Amino acid sequence: MLQNKLVQAPAGTRLLLSGNEATARAVWEAGARVAAAYPGTPSTEILENLAPFPDIYTEWSVNEKVSLEVAIGASLAGSRSFCAMKHVGMNVASDALMTQTLAGVVGGLVIAIADDVGFSSSQNEQDSRYWGRFGHLPILEPADSEETHAMIKSAFDLSETLNTPVIVRMTTRICHVKALVTVGSRVDRPAAGFKKDPNRWVMVPGAAKRRLPMMLARDIELLRESEASAFNRLEEGSDRRIGFITSGPAYMHVRECYPDMPVLKLGFSHPVPMERVRKLADLVERLVVVEETEPLVELELNAAKLPVPIHGKDILPATDELSPAKLLPAIGALLGEAPAEVEEPPPAVTIAPLFPRPPTMCTACPHLGVFYTLSRVRNIHISGDIGCYTLGAGQPWEALDTTISMGASMGIALGLDKGRGATDANKQIVAVIGDSTFLHMGMQGLLDITYNRGNVTIMLLDNRAVGMTGGQENPGSGRDLQGSETGRVDFPKLVEALGVRKERIRVIDPYQLPDLFKAIREEVKIPEPSVIITDQPCVLIDHYKPRTAFTVIDDKCTGCGNCLDVGCPAILVTRRGKEVKPNGKEVDLAFVKIETAACTGCDLCPKTCAPVAIVPVPESSKGCMSHG
Amino acid sequence: MDEGITNLLVVGIGGLGVMTAAEILAETAISLGFDVKKTEVAGMAQRGGVVSSHVRFGKRVLSPVITQGTADFLIGFEAAESLRWVPHLRPGGVALVNDMRIVPPVVSVGLYEYPDNPVQQIRDLGVTVTAFDAGAVAQELGNAKLVNTVMLGAVADLLPFSADALKSCLLDRFRTRKPKLVALNDTAFETGRRIASSKQNR
Ligand SMILES: Cc1ncc(C[n+]2csc(CCOP(=O)(O)OP(=O)(O)O)c2C)c(N)n1
Ligand code: SF4
Ligand code: SF4
Repeated sequence: MLQNKLVQAPAGTRLLLSGNEATARAVWEAGARVAAAYPGTPSTEILENLAPFPDIYTEWSVNEKVSLEVAIGASLAGSRSFCAMKHVGMNVASDALMTQTLAGVVGGLVIAIADDVGFSSSQNEQDSRYWGRFGHLPILEPADSEETHAMIKSAFDLSETLNTPVIVRMTTRICHVKALVTVGSRVDRPAAGFKKDPNRWVMVPGAAKRRLPMMLARDIELLRESEASAFNRLEEGSDRRIGFITSGPAYMHVRECYPDMPVLKLGFSHPVPMERVRKLADLVERLVVVEETEPLVELELNAAKLPVPIHGKDILPATDELSPAKLLPAIGALLGEAPAEVEEPPPAVTIAPLFPRPPTMCTACPHLGVFYTLSRVRNIHISGDIGCYTLGAGQPWEALDTTISMGASMGIALGLDKGRGATDANKQIVAVIGDSTFLHMGMQGLLDITYNRGNVTIMLLDNRAVGMTGGQENPGSGRDLQGSETGRVDFPKLVEALGVRKERIRVIDPYQLPDLFKAIREEVKIPEPSVIITDQPCVLIDHYKPRTAFTVIDDKCTGCGNCLDVGCPAILVTRRGKEVKPNGKEVDLAFVKIETAACTGCDLCPKTCAPVAIVPVPESSKGCMSHG
Repeated sequence: MDEGITNLLVVGIGGLGVMTAAEILAETAISLGFDVKKTEVAGMAQRGGVVSSHVRFGKRVLSPVITQGTADFLIGFEAAESLRWVPHLRPGGVALVNDMRIVPPVVSVGLYEYPDNPVQQIRDLGVTVTAFDAGAVAQELGNAKLVNTVMLGAVADLLPFSADALKSCLLDRFRTRKPKLVALNDTAFETGRRIASSKQNR
C-alpha cells in the first residue's frame, strides 16, 4: 500500500485533498525545482506536504521576504519556483515583489497567498487580490481543491508566457477544505541556468525605468489572457433577474443557492475580463458581485459604466466569510421576496449562551512560568509579539500589553521607552518575543535598541520551534524542513553580536521560577538593554520527554488557588469556598486537582504551592490512572 | 436521503481526534462513490480551542459548509461542545455524544460555569441523542487515543451507509500507517457500536 498517497499516487488517481495538499502536488507536477515558505495559518501545510516529494528543493525560510527572494533567485537560474505564505506574509515580502514584477521572470514564478478570511488565527484580515493591481500581475482565485490543482499548474505557464510573477490567492476555505482531485504526473523542467543581464537583473534606476513601459504593456496582455481564460466562465441560466459575478469559494455558495441564475465565475480575477462582464450584463436585470472580502471587482464594474444596476457590498458583508446563510436573506431582500421564504433554515432548537473556549497554552508549556512570573512583577509595561506567548495577554496572567506584527515587540518597546509620559516615569519596559519571531523580524529591532541605547529588558523565549503554527522547525531548532540536522543558531552569541553586553545576557530554565523571578527583577533595574533567554522546548516537538505526572494531596490543599495562576490546563478546580482571614478580610478559596493523564510532570506548579500539596504520582498507583 | 446531500457535523476540541474521525467518514463516503466535501475550523486546535469539522456527501456537493439547522447528524466528542452545536441540527436530526467533560481554564479560574448536565439539556430540547462516556471506554481499552474509534463505532449504525464500509475504511487507514493497532481499533469500534445500540434500545 501507498505510504504517502499524495506523493505516490499515479496520474489519474482521485484523492480527497485539501487545497494545501492539492497545491503541493500541483507544484511538483508543474516541474518546479525550488519551493520556499515561512509557516503561517492557513498556508503552512503546503510546504509540509511538498517536502517529501522527490526532485524538488524545499525549505523553511526565516521569513516570507527571504522565501520570495529564494524563489526569485531560482527563477533567474531558470528553474520553475514557488513560494507560499499567509496574507500578512506578503506585507513583509512585498519589497521584493514590487521590483521583481518590473524585472520579470525566467523560470515560472508562482506565489500562493492564503488569506485567513474569518480570522481562524491571524492578527488582521486583508484582501491579497489588491497585489494584482498594485504589482501589475495576474491573480488566480480557485474555488475548490480541484481548481486549485489546475490553477497552480497553469499559473506556471502563465508566468512564463507573460513574464511575470503570478499570485494564486487562496483563503482558509480553500486551504483547509478537502474535495476530490484527479492528480496528474510530473513534467520535468530542467533549469536553463543563470544568464547575466545587468539591464534586467540589476535594478538601478536607469534599468528599472526602462522596464516600466514593458510592465505597462504587459497589463494589456494580462487583460487579453483574462478575457480568453477558461478559468473565467459564463454559466447561463434561465432566471435572469440577477447575474452573479463571483470568485473563490463564494462561487460554491452562489451555485448552491441559485442554480438557475446566470453566473460569471472569475478564476482569473485580475485584471477583470470586462468584455465577459458586459456579455453577462446584457443578459440580466442587475448584477450582484459576490466576493471575499473587499469590493475589488465591484469597484472596477462601477467604473465601467455598465447598463444595469450593480450590487455587492451594499447588501453583503465586506468582512469575514460569505455563506449560503448570508447570501439567501440579502438576495431575497433585493428581489423583494418575503423574508420568511429566504431566511436561512431556522435552527430546530436554540440554547442559552455557553462558556467560550479560547485557545490556551499547552499543558506544561515552557511559556507558563514566564507569564506566571511576569504577572507578579510590578511596574512594567510588556511589549509583546506574535506566537503562542501572545496568549499571555489573557487569563490568568494578563501580562502582555501590546501585539501588532511579527518582530514589532522590539521597536515598540524602544518607542515606549523613548516616548514615555509622566505616568510611565517609574515603569520599566519589557519585551517578549519567541525564537522564530525573533529570527523572522526581531533581530533588526534589537539592533536598533542597542544602537540607540534603549532601556529594555528582552525575554527571548527559545522553545526551539514555531509553536503557534504546529511546532515547525526553524534555525533555532537545529533541524530543517526535512527534519535533518543543521546548525542551530547560538542565541547568546547572536544577541551579543547585536550589541547586548555579555553581562546582560542570561540563559534561564523557565521552569525554575525563583531563578526567573530573580533574573527579571535584577535586569529591569539596570538601565541598558538586557536579554533573558529561556531555553526549554515546546511540548509539541517530537523529542519532548514527559516525566512522572503530579497529583494533589486533597487534605494538604488549602485552596489558596496560587497554582491556578500558572495557567496550566491540567490543573482543575474541584470546589470553591470562602475564608475569613484573621485580619477580617474575606478571601475566595479554590481547591484543585491535577488531570494526571494530561500532566507531563514539568514540575512548575509544585513550585507555586506553599503547603507542598502537589506531589509526584506515587509509583504504586501509576498505570491505573483514570481521567476526568 | 438517497437523492439529497447528507450533512455530518463532527465537533469537539483539539486533541480528541475530531478531524481524523471526519476524514474517515469522508473517505468512506468516497469509497461508496459519493462526491464529498469536508471542511473544518480548527486554527487553534492545538491550543485547546473548539474544533468543528463538516462532512457533506451526495451526488454533487458545492458549498462545503453546513448551515445552522441543516445537519443530519451531530457527532460530539465532548459534552458541552455537543450542546454548543445542537442548533446546527435540522429538525429531526440525530446526535451522538461523548459524555466526557473537558473543563477549560476559563471555567477553572471561575470566569464561567460549565453546564451541569449538557446531555440532559440536549435531550430536553427534544433531540434524539445517544450518549455515553467514550473517553472512559477508551481508557478501559487501554489507550485514551481510541476515543475517536469508539465514537466511529458508536455512530456506525446510525449513518446512511453500512457500518462495514466505515469499519473497513478505518482499519485500512491503520493497516497502512500503524498495522500493530488494527486489532485494537477493531475491538474499540465494535465496543462503541455495541454500547450505542444498547443505549438506543433503552
Ligand atoms: C508575517 C507573519 N508571518 C507568519 C505569521 C504566522 N505566525 C504567527 S506566530 C508565528 C511564529 C511563532 O513562533 P515563535 O515566535 O517561536 O513562538 P511560539 O509560538 O513557538 O511560542 C507565526 C509563524 C504571522 N502572524 N505573521
Ligand atoms: S505549542 Fe509549544 S509554545 Fe505553544 S503553547 Fe504549546 S507548548 Fe507552548
Ligand atoms: S506539573 Fe503542574 S504545571 Fe506541569 S504539567 Fe503537571 S499540572 Fe501542569
